[in-house]
Amino acid sequence: MLLIPCPWCGARNEDEFLNGGEADKRRPANPVQAGSEEWYRYLYTPANTKGWLRERWWHVRGCRRWFKVDRNTHTHEIKQVEEADQWR
Amino acid sequence: MSYSIFSLVRNAIDYHQNWQKAWRNPDPKREYDVIIIGGGGHGLGAAWYLARDHGITNVAVLEKGWLGGGNTARNTMTIRDNYIRSASVPFHRESMKLWRGLSRDLNYNVMLHERGMITFLQSGSGVSHARRMADTMSVFDSEYIMLPLDELRRRVPFFSDTARMPIIGAVYHRKIAMARHDAVAWGYARAADKRGVDIIQNCEVTGILREGNRVTGVDTSRGVIKAKKIGMAVAGHGSVVAEMAGIRLPLETWPLQALVSTPVKPVLNEIFVVDGFHNYFMQSDKGELVVGGVTDPYPSYAQRGSPQVTEHVIEGLVDVFPVFKRMKFMRQWAGMLDITYDNSPIISGTSLEGFYIDVAGSGGFKTTPVAAKMHADLIANDRPHPLIEEFGLNRFQTGRLLVEGGVDANR
Repeated sequence: MLLIPCPWCGARNEDEFLNGGEADKRRPANPVQAGSEEWYRYLYTPANTKGWLRERWWHVRGCRRWFKVDRNTHTHEIKQVEEADQWR
Repeated sequence: MSYSIFSLVRNAIDYHQNWQKAWRNPDPKREYDVIIIGGGGHGLGAAWYLARDHGITNVAVLEKGWLGGGNTARNTMTIRDNYIRSASVPFHRESMKLWRGLSRDLNYNVMLHERGMITFLQSGSGVSHARRMADTMSVFDSEYIMLPLDELRRRVPFFSDTARMPIIGAVYHRKIAMARHDAVAWGYARAADKRGVDIIQNCEVTGILREGNRVTGVDTSRGVIKAKKIGMAVAGHGSVVAEMAGIRLPLETWPLQALVSTPVKPVLNEIFVVDGFHNYFMQSDKGELVVGGVTDPYPSYAQRGSPQVTEHVIEGLVDVFPVFKRMKFMRQWAGMLDITYDNSPIISGTSLEGFYIDVAGSGGFKTTPVAAKMHADLIANDRPHPLIEEFGLNRFQTGRLLVEGGVDANR
């Protein structure tokens, strides 16, 4: 069970959230010209890191806002990396 | 020594003092023809098929922990072949065929027994999906039949009439079996060892060595070991090992929970799936209820699941069978699944020459014999067997996905 630090609501139970996967993934800059290799890399090759991973989470059963946290996928430690102020 | 009634009697006479060890515990040599990474069912199986079918016996299986102690030890022992894509069904049926002959092939009892599976249907869409599955399976000559309610009541007298989502029908698949998971790893290990394969435990691979675009060996916690070909069969750690070879795989690692109760008298014959809860359960040979469910809500390597998922899984069990409400559970754990984006296996060569991968794509226990055999075939001949032509890594680029997710009843 994770206590996920929402920048707005504080630490809340994981079943209020949805995992949005790896953060900071970039779509191919030019989607029309990007070939199958580039789309393959974007769509199908997640880092799937064992250890610290920056992720997006959605507080869907709370304030309904998106934010990022660092989660250790092996030990389930979790760190807040965004402040609510950043978004104002 | 071959196991038989005679060896049993002979050893009973000297009070079981003289049983030989089932396999050796050798130190690693400096070089092998083939190295298999991962000493679970898939890895040990690949080594055995390499030795038996292809005469390649200079093989090492490297296992970071103990033999069969990874996800071979964390599954729920179910073997089924209800799939829907034209490439998947023959693959899984071949697996069933190999399972049936496995105890004899290995001279080791893997305790295979056919149980049958009953899926409780609780919605109209569930029923029409089950009909579609039944039609698909009948094309492949499989016994997959709709059970009317009175027939279901006859077979399973005590399911609940007052379930939150009432049961409106069921589907029955006879050819679904269970096998003893440890015995599969031990049987393959013993048979492979007998043919000269070195099984090296407590030997963690820490790097893949390469020269240009070819593998040359592995770096391990017990030193460098050279090899011309390397096969990877590491359930739950596919991305981690492939990363050492500079390859990113199209998969994520998800926990799938299971629970085991205290043993009770025999009550359930079949394996049961509850459509509306996506969970399944059966009774083991020892009398314990084995309950499994959906994957947890986010990827993880933690080997444990979230309590709200456990609760949901149990809810489905007691909703249909209120008689189990006061069962005590002894253990709860999570197996790690390397889940591909289409839930189908990858058995394939890679961009790195001499580096082959066997990824289960979803739960991999059921495919152990066929995946291991095809992996061995691929390593030996360097081209995919017709049975696995469509299971290549390149399908994610060509778009020829074999989507099985959302197809089987318990996902």
